[in-house]
Amino acid sequence: MTPPVVTAREGTDTPYALSHLDALESEAVHILREVVGEFERPVILFSGGKDSIVMLHLALKAFAPAAVPFSLLHVDTGHNFPEVLEFRDRVVAAHGLRLHVASVQDYIDRGVLRERPDGTRNPLQTLPLTEKIRSERFDAVFGGGRRDEEKARAKERVFSLRDAFSQWDPRRQRPELWQLYNGRHAPGEHVRVFPLSNWTELDVWQYIAREGIELPEIYFAHEREVFQRSGMWLTAGAWGGPEEDERVERRLVRYRTVGDMSCTGAVDSDAVTLEQVIAEIAASRLTERGATRADDKLSEAAMEDRKREGYF
Amino acid sequence: MTTTTTTPTTRAADLSATTLLRFATAGSVDDGKSTLVGRLLHDSKSVLADQLEAVERASASRGQDGPDLALLTDGLRAEREQGITIDVAYRYFATPRRRFILADTPGHVQYTRNMVTGASTAELTVILVDARHGVVEQTRRHAAIAALLRVPHVVLAVNKMDLVDYREPVFAAIAEEFTAYATELGVLEVTAIPISALAGDNVVEPSATMDWYGGPTVLEHLETVPVGHDPAHGHARLPVQYVIRPQTAEHPDYRGYAGQIAAGVFRVGERVTVLPSGHTTTISGIDLLGRPVEAARTPQSVTLLLADDIDISRGDLIVPTEHAPSATQDIDATVCHVADQPLTVGHRVLLKHGTRTVKALVQDIPSRLTLDDLSPHPRPGQLVANDIGRVTLRTAEPLPVDAYADSRRTGSFILIDPADGTTLTAGMVGESFAAPEPVTDPAAEDGWDF
Repeated sequence: MTPPVVTAREGTDTPYALSHLDALESEAVHILREVVGEFERPVILFSGGKDSIVMLHLALKAFAPAAVPFSLLHVDTGHNFPEVLEFRDRVVAAHGLRLHVASVQDYIDRGVLRERPDGTRNPLQTLPLTEKIRSERFDAVFGGGRRDEEKARAKERVFSLRDAFSQWDPRRQRPELWQLYNGRHAPGEHVRVFPLSNWTELDVWQYIAREGIELPEIYFAHEREVFQRSGMWLTAGAWGGPEEDERVERRLVRYRTVGDMSCTGAVDSDAVTLEQVIAEIAASRLTERGATRADDKLSEAAMEDRKREGYF
Repeated sequence: MTTTTTTPTTRAADLSATTLLRFATAGSVDDGKSTLVGRLLHDSKSVLADQLEAVERASASRGQDGPDLALLTDGLRAEREQGITIDVAYRYFATPRRRFILADTPGHVQYTRNMVTGASTAELTVILVDARHGVVEQTRRHAAIAALLRVPHVVLAVNKMDLVDYREPVFAAIAEEFTAYATELGVLEVTAIPISALAGDNVVEPSATMDWYGGPTVLEHLETVPVGHDPAHGHARLPVQYVIRPQTAEHPDYRGYAGQIAAGVFRVGERVTVLPSGHTTTISGIDLLGRPVEAARTPQSVTLLLADDIDISRGDLIVPTEHAPSATQDIDATVCHVADQPLTVGHRVLLKHGTRTVKALVQDIPSRLTLDDLSPHPRPGQLVANDIGRVTLRTAEPLPVDAYADSRRTGSFILIDPADGTTLTAGMVGESFAAPEPVTDPAAEDGWDF
């Protein structure tokens, strides 16, 4: 294990203060262990994005030297970056994990879900996710959501109660006091759990650097064929882009978030190392979602609406 | 790892060596709390361009000239439409010196439970008053909650100093009145700061007008207030969360007890007792997330290895044999009721303490406390949402509890409705409002004797 390189600053802090990364890591591990202690069938949502990769890394540390006592669930929109799918499969094999896949494409093929006019599949993930949770009887679902990501998430609980339809009812959310999480739920209900609630994007990157965590290469600057739509650089691909009037060009870009190809934009960047990525984020004037997610631009309350319906 | 020489890299490097402060704010919109929070976020450059644009758009559509920083902390649409409050909102910002987690709570009377929730994990709380009105009922309630939850540091931000011509005597009188009141309640430390959130005086930048004030700005104080628990102040406690037993060829006999140290320090070689069984053994190793260490302290998440093979499971508590708490089935506590359904005498509930959940009976509710003037109302019969009161509980099994005054983490518990799982009540074991020294003023004692 890599020794921590981050130490508390000298001066006014007592010698007992943990560094912010140690404090956040300890809190996340505590949350992961609480869930395994109190639930029957937890599962970790694993997209191959950096937040879910950090969550898995924390789980590996939390239960070592034993294996991670739960499986992984990927909601596959069918519009994946090939680099990310390859990464996902490699991680699963390396750690001997079990992977469940809920496929949006299956639902479209069976006629249960219909493609949206804009081609975006993020909003279509909710039904396959919900049905997979029910059929596999998962009672706790770890998500990589962070409260700093978006306004609707700022009031999210660490333990977020969902009804049998995965819906989030603000009135049923419980006050969370001290470190005493309440995971009680009725049969058929489940709890979404967010171990990274208190992390920011910068914390995630600093932790990745400190721990030497491997990421899919699309997080680092590379040359790519992209075209512009709604002010974002999208990758050309079988998912449906570009349209006739959209011009493809080769640019040096990287991804700040990893999601459905049709609505996850790349940013212009020459950051090829973790240090350069961290420097870029520290200097960035846009939030991660503001810069890269078309789906959050749909309406002012877009995330809030999707969350109520059972989205992550 | 390579280093580049661009300016942002320097800033990123700065940000990598930092501690974390969790703090809470209490105050109403009228006190300018949203403006203060907005300014902290804005002036510390934590508000990014797309967020600011959204605020500028919303401000313009409301016919305001400049961006209304209060809108940065605007709530969910569900709250606006349904007229409900989904309580505590968490905000995140950083300076080169520190990372901050802010629990932003609404300050109105009916929101006691939100303030209690926010204060439960806070090391500091900012209480706002309007310089024109001084210490009002609501201020006293906020002070009472900070004292009740034993938040180590309290900041009194005397806001709207611009509206009292930045006059020092106005500030001094308010600061003196508040400090006397808070100290009487048992608040350990008060720092009073004269500010104007709207004009920006003493929030992030020192005030150009109030040269009579020589203390820190709000942000400077947040950056420098000591954080971290002094392990000498509490006996070690490890609530066992999970037993790690790989049972693999590589680790056939590994058996580790995983948990987050709730108080104090554990050292290899130390004699420990496991509660409730009372078995005694020695710590043979401490695994700090993959790294063997000689000692670990709160709030680190660790795995303890013990010399003897004794039966330990989730819910047990590992403590130093020398300083084991006594277990009890009768718990006297001060509570804040947080659920919409009331808590009544005779109520059968679940009690979660550390990692252990046991059945419990509400035996008595000796008093309810009015936060406005702290007067006790004897025998209220029940507690409703946002009530603070004294409660006597009988648990089905003995629990090794500490007094909340000694340990916020192992002296706290929640009550849960066994029928629907609702979190009913937040509890603190032992006397509340316990001043460091016994209160000797008979008049004050009158107010505090339940």
